[in-house]
Amino acid sequence: MSDAWIVVILVGAFTIAFKAAGPVLLGGRALPARLTGAVELLAPSLLAALVVTQAVGGMREIVLDARLAGVAAGAVAIWLRAPLIVVIVVAALATALVRLV
Amino acid sequence: MTSSYREGARRIAALTPAALSFGAAFGVLAGANGIDATAAIVMSATTFAGAAQFAAISVLHDGGTVAAAVAAAVLLNARYLAISLAIAPSFDGSRLRRLFESQLIVDESWAVSQVGRGRVDKRVLVGAGLVLYPFWVAGTVIGALAGNVLADPKALGFDGALPALFLALLVAQLVDRRSKVAALLGGAIALVLIPFTPAGVPVIAAATVCLWGLRR
Repeated sequence: MSDAWIVVILVGAFTIAFKAAGPVLLGGRALPARLTGAVELLAPSLLAALVVTQAVGGMREIVLDARLAGVAAGAVAIWLRAPLIVVIVVAALATALVRLV
Repeated sequence: MTSSYREGARRIAALTPAALSFGAAFGVLAGANGIDATAAIVMSATTFAGAAQFAAISVLHDGGTVAAAVAAAVLLNARYLAISLAIAPSFDGSRLRRLFESQLIVDESWAVSQVGRGRVDKRVLVGAGLVLYPFWVAGTVIGALAGNVLADPKALGFDGALPALFLALLVAQLVDRRSKVAALLGGAIALVLIPFTPAGVPVIAAATVCLWGLRR
């Protein structure tokens, strides 16, 4: 078997297991009360990290490029209470335009 | 009920061109690295997590070992373990159904299905995932078989649209002081770690901020 196929199978198996773990093993049951406070904070901490890594993340370096223009334009749209689709389109347009010039 | 599956589809619709385009970019990159089209398509269909797929292929391309490629992808996807445990209570139905529906968990479907207090609307998540999935896989098929026929996602600015999407969904989460502090800490930890750790670690480290919320 080629290296690529081994990687495809192993990464697929790990990812399927990660995604399935909660719903298959615990699905439908309420989490222990002790954990609910932690779960409430998972979304803000994880989303903030995704914003940062997607906006300035590179291969072990901070990369400042056209993505920042996209995030800035998106932030203005968010501040103006634009719908999600407008935020996405505005951010993509700003990124593409800055990259063009 | 179907309306909330539809609601998920509606919320994610704007991202379908990006999913198609990134899927194609993945297919093209895989082909350029000597990975056969079937393997690339199977990977998109089973792993269904863009960043990890790009990372695994890049490590192989750079002469890395199989173990290094798998480790990079597994680190990137470890956040799905945290997400999957956190939103488990929202999944109902038979075990088999939960297994299949859980595979539709991706950052985007999880993010758009938030209903506050850390919970998600499972139907919105599944609706969003069901829409993204075929675009991601079809994009990979196009890229792997036809090559560079679609526009580069970066030329279209899609890489700048993703952080803006997450920002919009983050803002909706900032409901009290604790959530704002968690977001600030999470963002700061990720920023500080990016230069020093493999991809994936900054996000997992940021997620540990949530342990601060454990009830004592």
